[in-house]
Amino acid sequence: MIHSLFLINSSGDIFLEKHWKSVVSRSVCDYFFEAQERATEAENVPPVIPTPHHYLLSVYRHKIFFVAVIQTEVPPLFVIEFLHRVVDTFQDYFGVCSEPVIKDNVVVVYEVLEEMLDNGFPLATESNILKELIKPPTILRTVVNTITGSTNVGDQLPTGQLSVVPWRRTGVKYTNNEAYFDVIEEIDAIIDKSGSTITAEIQGVIDACVKLTGMPDLTLSFMNPRLLDDVSFHPCVRFKRWESERILSFIPPDGNFRLLSYHVSAQNLVAIPVYVKHSINFRDSSSLGRFEITVGPKQTMGKAIEGVIVTSQMPKGVLNMSLTPSQGMHTFDPVTKMLSWDVGKINPQKLPSLKGTMSLQAGASKPDENPTINLQFKIQQLAISGLKVNRLDMYGEKYKPFKGIKYMTKAGKFQVRT
Amino acid sequence: MTDSKYFTTTKKGEIFELKAELNSDKKEKKKEAVKKVIASMTVGKDVSALFPDVVNCMQTDNLELKKLVYLYLMNYAKSQPDMAIMAVNTFVKDCEDPNPLIRALAVRTMGCIRVDKITEYLCEPLRKCLKDEDPYVRKTAAVCVAKLHDINAQLVEDQGFLDTLKDLISDSNPMVVANAVAALSEIAESHPSSNLLDLNPQSINKLLTALNECTEWGQIFILDCLANYTPKDDREAQSICERVTPRLSHANSAVVLSAVKVLMKFMEMLSKDLDYYGTLLKKLAPPLVTLLSAEPELQYVALRNINLIVQKRPEILKHEMKVFFVKYNDPIYVKLEKLDIMIRLASQANIAQVLAELKEYATEVDVDFVRKAVRAIGRCAIKVEQSAERCVSTLLDLIQTKVNYVVQEAIVVIKDIFRKYPNKYESVIATLCENLDSLDEPEARAAMIWIVGEYAERIDNADELLESFLEGFHDESTQVQLQLLTAIVKLFLKKPTETQELVQQVLSLATQDSDNPDLRDRGYIYWRLLSTDPVAAKEVVLAEKPLISEETDLIEPTLLDELICYIGTLASVYHKPPSAFVEGGRGVVHKSLPPRSASSESTESPEAAPTGAPSAEQPDVIPPQGDLLGDLLNLDLGPPVSGPPLATSSVQMGAVDLLGGGLDSLIGSTNFTAPPAAAVPANLGAPIGSGLSDLFDLTSGVGTLSGSYVAPKAVWLPAMKAKGLEISGTFTRQVGSISMDLQLTNKALQVMTDFAIQFNRNSFGLAPAAPLQVHAPLSPNQTVEISLPLSTVGSVMKMEPLNNLQVAVKNNIDVFYFSTLYPLHILFVEDGKMDRQMFLGTWKDIPNENEAQFQIRDCPLNAEAVSSKLQSSNIFTIAKRNVEGQDMLYQSLKLTNGIWVLAELRIQPGNPSLTDLELSLKCRAPEVSQHVYQAYETILKN
Repeated sequence: MIHSLFLINSSGDIFLEKHWKSVVSRSVCDYFFEAQERATEAENVPPVIPTPHHYLLSVYRHKIFFVAVIQTEVPPLFVIEFLHRVVDTFQDYFGVCSEPVIKDNVVVVYEVLEEMLDNGFPLATESNILKELIKPPTILRTVVNTITGSTNVGDQLPTGQLSVVPWRRTGVKYTNNEAYFDVIEEIDAIIDKSGSTITAEIQGVIDACVKLTGMPDLTLSFMNPRLLDDVSFHPCVRFKRWESERILSFIPPDGNFRLLSYHVSAQNLVAIPVYVKHSINFRDSSSLGRFEITVGPKQTMGKAIEGVIVTSQMPKGVLNMSLTPSQGMHTFDPVTKMLSWDVGKINPQKLPSLKGTMSLQAGASKPDENPTINLQFKIQQLAISGLKVNRLDMYGEKYKPFKGIKYMTKAGKFQVRT
Repeated sequence: MTDSKYFTTTKKGEIFELKAELNSDKKEKKKEAVKKVIASMTVGKDVSALFPDVVNCMQTDNLELKKLVYLYLMNYAKSQPDMAIMAVNTFVKDCEDPNPLIRALAVRTMGCIRVDKITEYLCEPLRKCLKDEDPYVRKTAAVCVAKLHDINAQLVEDQGFLDTLKDLISDSNPMVVANAVAALSEIAESHPSSNLLDLNPQSINKLLTALNECTEWGQIFILDCLANYTPKDDREAQSICERVTPRLSHANSAVVLSAVKVLMKFMEMLSKDLDYYGTLLKKLAPPLVTLLSAEPELQYVALRNINLIVQKRPEILKHEMKVFFVKYNDPIYVKLEKLDIMIRLASQANIAQVLAELKEYATEVDVDFVRKAVRAIGRCAIKVEQSAERCVSTLLDLIQTKVNYVVQEAIVVIKDIFRKYPNKYESVIATLCENLDSLDEPEARAAMIWIVGEYAERIDNADELLESFLEGFHDESTQVQLQLLTAIVKLFLKKPTETQELVQQVLSLATQDSDNPDLRDRGYIYWRLLSTDPVAAKEVVLAEKPLISEETDLIEPTLLDELICYIGTLASVYHKPPSAFVEGGRGVVHKSLPPRSASSESTESPEAAPTGAPSAEQPDVIPPQGDLLGDLLNLDLGPPVSGPPLATSSVQMGAVDLLGGGLDSLIGSTNFTAPPAAAVPANLGAPIGSGLSDLFDLTSGVGTLSGSYVAPKAVWLPAMKAKGLEISGTFTRQVGSISMDLQLTNKALQVMTDFAIQFNRNSFGLAPAAPLQVHAPLSPNQTVEISLPLSTVGSVMKMEPLNNLQVAVKNNIDVFYFSTLYPLHILFVEDGKMDRQMFLGTWKDIPNENEAQFQIRDCPLNAEAVSSKLQSSNIFTIAKRNVEGQDMLYQSLKLTNGIWVLAELRIQPGNPSLTDLELSLKCRAPEVSQHVYQAYETILKN
């Protein structure tokens, strides 16, 4: 199982180490540094690195490498999933997961890590339970602790730890009982030069924020549950009920959690809400090139497209760009060759465009690669797949909760080739 | 106020300051001090000097302080074992605490203190905690057993903790079950032979019930454990699959992949006609696709596994090509994997899409990725015949881009396309020739030269082109030089008139001016061929080439089946079986897929008929045995049954003739001899009690031959380690000559040729006396038996152990190394009988400290049987004495290098309860004694 964990910042310093079995010398990280050097970018460091006696499995999040050391045959996904869980827990505890924050809270971090794994076996990874064992630091608690001498380590066995619903603690109380659900869909797509769709798929999630007293039992039904044929559920969802009735029935965890994630890949179900018209011309042995892009709405079901940002990695041969946008701001970094255009909202009557010239390296032949345009956008009040919640009911408790459902569509990895 | 303050102390006397604070009376100050210590520890500072002071803080009701001290203890107890004992009392007390949290914490921490002395005190508390009323304590204790086993395995077994752990599998709490399974799996991994996780339908049922209720991590452990179970029939397999399928919708990708493993393995048992089989196939695709939308690290592991799944069952993902299309900002390791899978899924139906994508990738920025994309186009052409033309035209388009590395890569793959579809696309040669000058990589140059040589008759200026390469001949890499030599010889054979000068030039460059033996040899061969028989030369050099196979990078079926059993593990990421990389040579059990059972009746053991599963575990023990027996029985065996040696020998003559070889050749044993046949003449002149029993003995294996004992063949080099070549073998000694009987099996997909063998220097100078002769190429799944004669005149180097032999075997694929231990008795020479007087003298001469005593247990033989058995292996009895009802045998033997070994063997006949023999050995080189004793034992016991 998981032997040790090293946290390494982007400049290659190990700033935290934790061992769950015998101590593994930090020199084992040298193999990681080698791999890091070979990879041009931090994102490209391979996630599994063999060394003569150990294996290093790593994830890169928030500019920190989380490097787990294992010695025996352990499922790598198990380790990687666990590392993600560590990142999530830190974020949950401290608001952000960054080197200074971890250093500031090093003792809590250490206590939490010890609670998460025992001898390399996961012990408590649900944040509800962890928070009962080790209270997250808040300014108030620190003050109280200093005055009263009490601790931020709970001395009661967490109630959820062994119950049938390990994700929920007992005795939850709220004065305002509310349950919010966000249906968020991201479109991943590759659009080719001519504007036709090569691949398009929707990654959807339903994130919930449930603050309900007691042990509520919720059911959530959809207008069109048939859309959901590829789903992953939070452990609280009763699978049998879903299989037979297509209804989500569950006792929710307390607070924020992801109820389910789903995947819609049938091409005809994925509407493409925007289009990009582009004309990028490099000419052989000329020092000037022309550049023009226009963004417009396509299938938006009448909703406005907001928060549009266009980015593109230009070829090395582009020295500078002189462009004029019809709206928004644009920047070009001549060092990284990254063009970024913050468009904002698309007005269908007056389509935003960005045009101008590129100055190219004189005398060089035209670049081999064509830049790919990356698009970000948001559409409020719309789930592009058409998924709609029918109703939400609560059983088991007597009060009337406040319920809310929000829809949103975003661009995921949305790429237009030129 | 944050914890960063713990790092800011005055530089001088940091430890001193902490010490003072730790011993402070104020609780609060103490706690702050411990926190400072922990903070220093986390960043790798050595604070072990504070050990006694920190341990003093342990006796406290403050849970946080207690936890902190425990953290410290776990880290440093190893370096201060004596001090750690001080903590034991507190631990034992805490294990009795009314608060389950504290009981669990104590037992958990104790397990983490890796100090032998402490483990003794751990046993009692642990036993109590395993039976604790609180499940939280039980589940913590379960893991503790695994920890303790890691420190002291014997103790865990002696204390019976393993049985308690097994009982926990039936615990009422699913979390306890999951942890017990996890602990048992970890223990089982270090003891592959132990039957810890002995699963039966009842325990499986319990696991499946727990599966629904335990945490995500517990589900992983249980699923991985289920995957090791072999259901007794297809109905059981189906019912398990049905209960595992819901896990495919889990949010944790590791759970999903472990479930996929169970399903992929058990599917093997389901009949393909079953409706359920189809349903299952359909259910597998969506979760695999979903894995690809996760974080890049997860994607990578998923892709490596999908690569295996696609090779085993392409039908699962055949409609999902598009999810493998590459996004430009995918990390490079994801890109390369996706590309690989795209090619595996390429078919006539989707080839147009795939090609369009690949062409797009070929214009990307990352050089490695672009190269692989160009190669992929070539592989598509070879895989999907209908697409070859489009691929070639795509490649030509790419060559037009003139991007240097794209052009080179394209030329390399076009060469492969030519080899797959000869005489079809030669029209493109002209375009290729235009790019001759831009090629600077050896592989591309060699490919281009090959094309020019192969199609010399269609290229008008072939001689000029090749001549241009010849100018810088010595600066080229060997690959290019060899290719150039061959190409020019081809050209000469096709257009002899104009190119005589050129061929002369290249031959002299290769043979006279080159230091490279390969190049020189090939040069000489061509030279002789051309000068002696140009017609033969033409036949050899211009022979029709075999077409290259469709997919050259498929994983071998046996390996693939094994890897399917390892889905989701490191093995699946490396595409190697765990035995190939797992640390410490812990015996790893090979896993194999269960056999497909057509109906529920076939309840035979799963090992009996694995569908192409690796057979490394069960080496074939000379399969032709039965045939030989048949041959013998076909003879008129009437008279010899009563068994005088003479009659037996006539039988053997017959047998030998049947096998088509003369006796002489067998005795010389320089020719190829099938080992069973070779074993028969060893009966000649051997003292045989009863011919009948002897003949019957023959049937039970080679082990009972009365010649020098021959061990059954063992696998020396498993196929996994040698790219499909499996070698098993044994050593024999017959009539003065030693030989190594080998059995070579080709378990790869390609033909093997060019075998050669070499030994490293060894203790007795063993060396092959003749080259390894495999007469015909070894085609896939073929086995040959070879007897390799050995001499003892090779160079000598003392090995450890003494009888270790390191062997290198080469074939057309690679060179492989293995080492084996040879039994010492193959070195016992025939003239090892010492004169009686000399024996006495030598016995006295050798100092007593050189005498070694051994016991041979359970050997119910009398003196006669013993001495005749030994004599056939060249251990000679010189004298026999009866002392107080015990038979003493005095024996001598001589090794090939002239070392004498003298022996005294004490036998107690007539007392059936005393069947142990006592052996004293005296020798001037006492280090051989141990091995001589082993030889005695093997000879007498077989």
